[in-house]
Amino acid sequence: MAHTETQDTTTRRDFLYIATGAVGAVGVAGMVWPFVSQMQPDASVLALSTTEVDLSPIAEGQIVTVQWRGKPIFISHRTPEEIKAAENVDVASLRDPQPDSARVKQGKDQWLVVIGICTHLGCVPLGHQGEYHGWFCPCHGSVYDTSGRIRQGPAPLNLELPPYNFVSDTQIVIG
Amino acid sequence: MEGHSTYQPKGKVAQWFESRLPIMGLMHSSAVAYPVPKNLNYMWTFGAILTFMLICQIVSGVVLAMHYVAYAPVSFARVEHIMRDVNYGWLIRYVHANGASMFFVAVYIHIFRGLYYGSYKAPREVLWILGVIIYLLMMATAFMGYVLPWGQMSFWGATVITNLFSAIPWIGETIVQWLWGGYSVGDPTLNRFFSLHYLLPFMIAGVVGLHIWALHHVGQNNPDGIDVKSVAKDTVPFTPYATIKDVFATVVFLIFFSWFIFYIPNYLGHSDNYIPANPLSTPAHIVPEWYFLPFYAILRSIPDKLGGVLAMFSAIAVLVFLPWLDTSKVRSAKYRPLYRQFFWIFVVVAVGLGYLGSQPAEGGYVIASRILTAYYFIHFLIILPLLGLVEKPKPMPPTIADAVLAKTAKASAGGAPVMAGAAAPETKG
Repeated sequence: MAHTETQDTTTRRDFLYIATGAVGAVGVAGMVWPFVSQMQPDASVLALSTTEVDLSPIAEGQIVTVQWRGKPIFISHRTPEEIKAAENVDVASLRDPQPDSARVKQGKDQWLVVIGICTHLGCVPLGHQGEYHGWFCPCHGSVYDTSGRIRQGPAPLNLELPPYNFVSDTQIVIG
Repeated sequence: MEGHSTYQPKGKVAQWFESRLPIMGLMHSSAVAYPVPKNLNYMWTFGAILTFMLICQIVSGVVLAMHYVAYAPVSFARVEHIMRDVNYGWLIRYVHANGASMFFVAVYIHIFRGLYYGSYKAPREVLWILGVIIYLLMMATAFMGYVLPWGQMSFWGATVITNLFSAIPWIGETIVQWLWGGYSVGDPTLNRFFSLHYLLPFMIAGVVGLHIWALHHVGQNNPDGIDVKSVAKDTVPFTPYATIKDVFATVVFLIFFSWFIFYIPNYLGHSDNYIPANPLSTPAHIVPEWYFLPFYAILRSIPDKLGGVLAMFSAIAVLVFLPWLDTSKVRSAKYRPLYRQFFWIFVVVAVGLGYLGSQPAEGGYVIASRILTAYYFIHFLIILPLLGLVEKPKPMPPTIADAVLAKTAKASAGGAPVMAGAAAPETKG
C-alpha cells in the first residue's frame, strides 16, 4: 500500500501530475483554437475586402452608395455650398469635434467618403435630408451635416470614415 | 448495484440547491462513487471512448453545418469551400469524416467485447438491446452524412440504399418515392438527409443516456463474468480508477485517430466522392464505407432482391435476440472453452465478409460470400443455442476478488514477490 507523503516534500508524482496536466492543457488549447478560428471571416470573405470605385459618373451634388465588406459606403460629390457649410462650423461646438479637413483627402474636398451606418444603432441614414442637409437617420432621428458629423439626435459619433485612397483623380480603392 | 452516494454538499447554497435538484449527487454516484469491478481490462474503456467520439462528432458536425449548404447545385462546392476557404475547415472536416470511421472502429471493438464476455446475458438484455438500437442509429446517421458532400459515391450510395426499400412487395416503389421526395435521388433527398443527419446524433445521445442508466442499474459485466458479491472486496470507486484509465485509453485512441486525420485523411474514403454527383453515370466500382461492408456482402450473396434485403436486415436484427439464443449460463468466454473457439471463428467470418464486400460481386467471391453468410446465421441460430447444452464450462472463481488474487499469485510465483494484501492497484508515489 502507498504511504501518504507529507505535504512539504515534492514528490515524483507531483511532478508527473503537473507535467501531464500541462501537456494536456496545451493539447486541448491547440484543438480548441481551430474551432474558434473557423468562425472568423474565411478566405472567400477576405478576398472581398477591397472595393474599387470609379468616381467619374458621380455628378456634383449627388450621393452614391456602394458596398464594401457588406456595408453601405456613401460617396458624396459635394457642391461648393456644401463644402462651405461644412467648413464654417465652430468645431468646439460639435458633439464629436472634428474639422471638415480631417474628414476628406487634401485637395479632394469635394469628395466625402463615409460609412453609411448611423453610429447610434446601425441603421442607414437618408441623404440630403435633415436640418443640416447632410443625412437624417429615420430610425431614431439623428441628424448629420454635409461632412457626415453628428449634429442632433441620439448618435454619439460622426459617421465613420473607411480607409481609402485615390489611385487616380477619378478612382478610389476602399479598404 | 447502485452506488450508494454519500455525497453531502459542503456550502449552504449547494445544500439548498441539492435538496431541490440532486444533480451533484447524481453525478457523484454515477461518475465518482460508482463501484467498478476490480478485474476490468482495457476492453472496458471503449464505452468512454465512444462517448468521447459522439461528442467529437456532434461538435465538429455543428461547426461544419455553419459552413455547409444542403442544396444540390452547390453542396459539392460548399464542401470544397470548407476545405479551402474556411479557417481550419480542412481539419474540422477530416476530424468529422475520419471520426465516423473511428466511431465504428470503437463500436465494433465494444460489440465484440460484449460478445466475448457474454455482456448481453441476464440481467443485461435491455442494456444490450439499447446498444443494438444505438448501432442502428449510428448506421443511419453515417449513411446520411456520407450523402451530404454530394459526390458520385454520395449520390449512388444514396440511390442503392434507398432502393433497398423497393424490394418490399406492392408498396416498395411508393415508399422509395416517398423517401426521395421525387422520382430519383435529388435535391429534396439531400435536404431531408441533412435535416435527419443533424437530428439523429441527438437521438443517439438520448439512447446512450438510457444505455448508461441501464448499465449503472445492473452493474458492469467483467472479464470473469461473475457478479459482484461484495462492493468492498470486488470493486473500486469509478474515480479515480476508471476515470484515469478511461482518459488514458482515450488519449491512446486519439493518437490512432490523429494518425488518420493528419497523415492519411482520405485513406478510408473513396476517391470517386471527389467527383460531383452525376445522375447519368454510375461509377464502375461502387462500394459502401468500410463499416458497412460485411452487410453489403450479405446483401449481394443472396441471388434474390427481397431475400438479399431481408438477409441484410436480419443480420442486424438477430443481435436483438442474442440474449435468448445463447443458452449457456456462463457469461465469459474465459470459462467456455468451446465458445471461445467459435467466437474467434465468428470474428474471422465477420472480417471475411467485410473483405468480400469490398471485392467485385463475381465468381469465387460470390461463392465465398454465400458460405460466410450462411455461417454468420448458423453461428447465432444453431451453434449458440446448442453450445450451451453440450459445453462443459471450466471452474470459475467464486468472487471477483478471488479471480484478481489468483492472477496476482500466478504473477508473483514467476516474478518479483508481492506484498501481502496487494490487491489494491496502488504503487508508491
